[in-house]
Amino acid sequence: MALLSKKDANLIKDPLTDNNPITIQVLGICSALAITAELKASVVMAISVLFVMGVGNVVISLIRNIIPSKIRIIVQLVVVATLVIVVDQVLKAFAYDLSKTLSVFIGLIITNCIIMGRFEAFALGNGPRRAFLDGIGNALGYGVILVIVGFFRELLGSGTLFGIKVLGDPIAKTGLYSIGYENNGFMIIPPAALIVVGIIIWVQRSRNRALIEEA
Amino acid sequence: MKEKLHAFRVKNQDKKWFPVFSGFHTFLFTPKETTHNGTHIKGADDLKRTMNTVVMSLVPCLIFGMFNTGYQHYLALGEIEAVSNGFFSAGFWTMDNFLLGLWKVLPLVIVSYGVGLAIEFLFCVIKKHEIEEGYLVTGMLVPLIVPVDLPLWMLAVAVAFGVVIGKEVFGGTGMNILNPALTIRAFLFFAYPTWMSGDKVWVHGAVDTAGTADAISGETVLGSLAQGAEHSYSLLDMFYGFIPGSVGETSALLILLGGLFLVFTKIASWRIMVSAVLGSLAMGLIFNGIVSAGWLPEYSKFYTLMSFPYWQHLLVGGLAFGIVFMATDPVTGSQTNKGKWYYGFFIGFLSVMIRVFNPGYPEGVFLAILLMNVFAPTIDHYVVRGNIKKRLKRLKTATIYPRTSDEVDSLKTETA
Repeated sequence: MALLSKKDANLIKDPLTDNNPITIQVLGICSALAITAELKASVVMAISVLFVMGVGNVVISLIRNIIPSKIRIIVQLVVVATLVIVVDQVLKAFAYDLSKTLSVFIGLIITNCIIMGRFEAFALGNGPRRAFLDGIGNALGYGVILVIVGFFRELLGSGTLFGIKVLGDPIAKTGLYSIGYENNGFMIIPPAALIVVGIIIWVQRSRNRALIEEA
Repeated sequence: MKEKLHAFRVKNQDKKWFPVFSGFHTFLFTPKETTHNGTHIKGADDLKRTMNTVVMSLVPCLIFGMFNTGYQHYLALGEIEAVSNGFFSAGFWTMDNFLLGLWKVLPLVIVSYGVGLAIEFLFCVIKKHEIEEGYLVTGMLVPLIVPVDLPLWMLAVAVAFGVVIGKEVFGGTGMNILNPALTIRAFLFFAYPTWMSGDKVWVHGAVDTAGTADAISGETVLGSLAQGAEHSYSLLDMFYGFIPGSVGETSALLILLGGLFLVFTKIASWRIMVSAVLGSLAMGLIFNGIVSAGWLPEYSKFYTLMSFPYWQHLLVGGLAFGIVFMATDPVTGSQTNKGKWYYGFFIGFLSVMIRVFNPGYPEGVFLAILLMNVFAPTIDHYVVRGNIKKRLKRLKTATIYPRTSDEVDSLKTETA
């Protein structure tokens, strides 16, 4: 990574591993539970958040010195709301079905704790270049978990990936279904996402015991 | 040989597989270790004894379940007549019935114990714990609360899920929040609903013959009622257990005997059982009252279930089984005596409510017990707090007479 200094590279690397917004900080859980039943929706959500966080962090960082601190939350909300509306309109124009699936959850990116958290904690105190890297890093960390959860939930719950029947056809009884396999209906309902996220947290903490908090 | 085994045990204490050996060793023999100092409570019962007592009380239900599996199958096929002369009717206790039941139920038991104990052993080896006996009861409960035709691989997946997520993540036996057997059942219910409800799963062979000319079906009493239909079973059939249902839950008579056995051996709490029965009767009475007051029109989809006589709720479905063997789980239930009354009452109350109001869940017992498992610590917390408050109040009004004058000061500091 000659392109980035080590310090800058860590801005992207940390949220992906030891400072993941979902598994370590436990932020942004609602959307992780709600839209991960399908891998496609997870990926689109991840990309949307990537855009909103990357651009939003830069904008906030650029105007950080002229925001009166008393109304900074409102300013942050205006910025993120604008960006989310852009994402929403683009989705409606080019991927209407998908925007139906994601429905209100694109709009709810506005209230995603990760975004407000990074604005407050990072963009307000750092230059645009570092803020951009931080935004990208956290959005990637969020996206990675979303995609992992979406992968397992769609594979086990519907037997498909991106809508493609990878395990065979459940009605015509081909592939795995011919030997009696059945889709796991539990994985479709939101509580399953909570358990999958829980298992990811468990695996991560047993691999890196330094992450375990004092009881 | 006992001496040799013991020497072997001491010698290999820090080997990796020590917990597995130790588990079998203490299961078969009394451990030789004794505590050396201090005062200890001497009890004849340890965890293994407790668990074995519960398993023993479950055996009649298991045996009956085997006979009933065969009986329901042949009855649905029209090969035998319905029995009508009491619990010991010769037509029920036949070798044919038993062998078919054995053939279907034994694999469930083996898979349940096999998978569950394997995971338990694995975690004990990883965590270097002694093997805990908690799974002995769970492994016996699981086959009794599932439909007989459940595919074995589904059971294996559910057991793995239940033991890992329901128990091991919280720290193993004694630390779990939810009853593991019910976690397993809940997982099965939500993951594979077509195998856990409907009119095709309760009688062996119904799934295979569905859609053919020989199709048989066996709707449970609750299932028929939820669809607004009448059921054709007599009260005695329901009491003796000659009805379709999960393997071991049908015989209210044997469950009652098992429950009495557990109460007299002081393994299970009679408070929970009594209050749960009261709770279900209360809810049933409320529903019956609404119907007889004429507040509910007859075309309502709740009409048949709400007009079902209140006390018969205890005879059908898993309510009796849940109250006796699941609600009384000492780990997940309330610990305080007063808390047990609330805990049990709400289990009965909610079970009947879920049964009536949610036709999608004709069996509400497992949901009610899981919900109250979650609330049990809260109930205990308020019971303990209430007790502290009561005693503080008593202390305020109490007059303390010190024996000698120099004790006054120390007492004052204590009560301040």
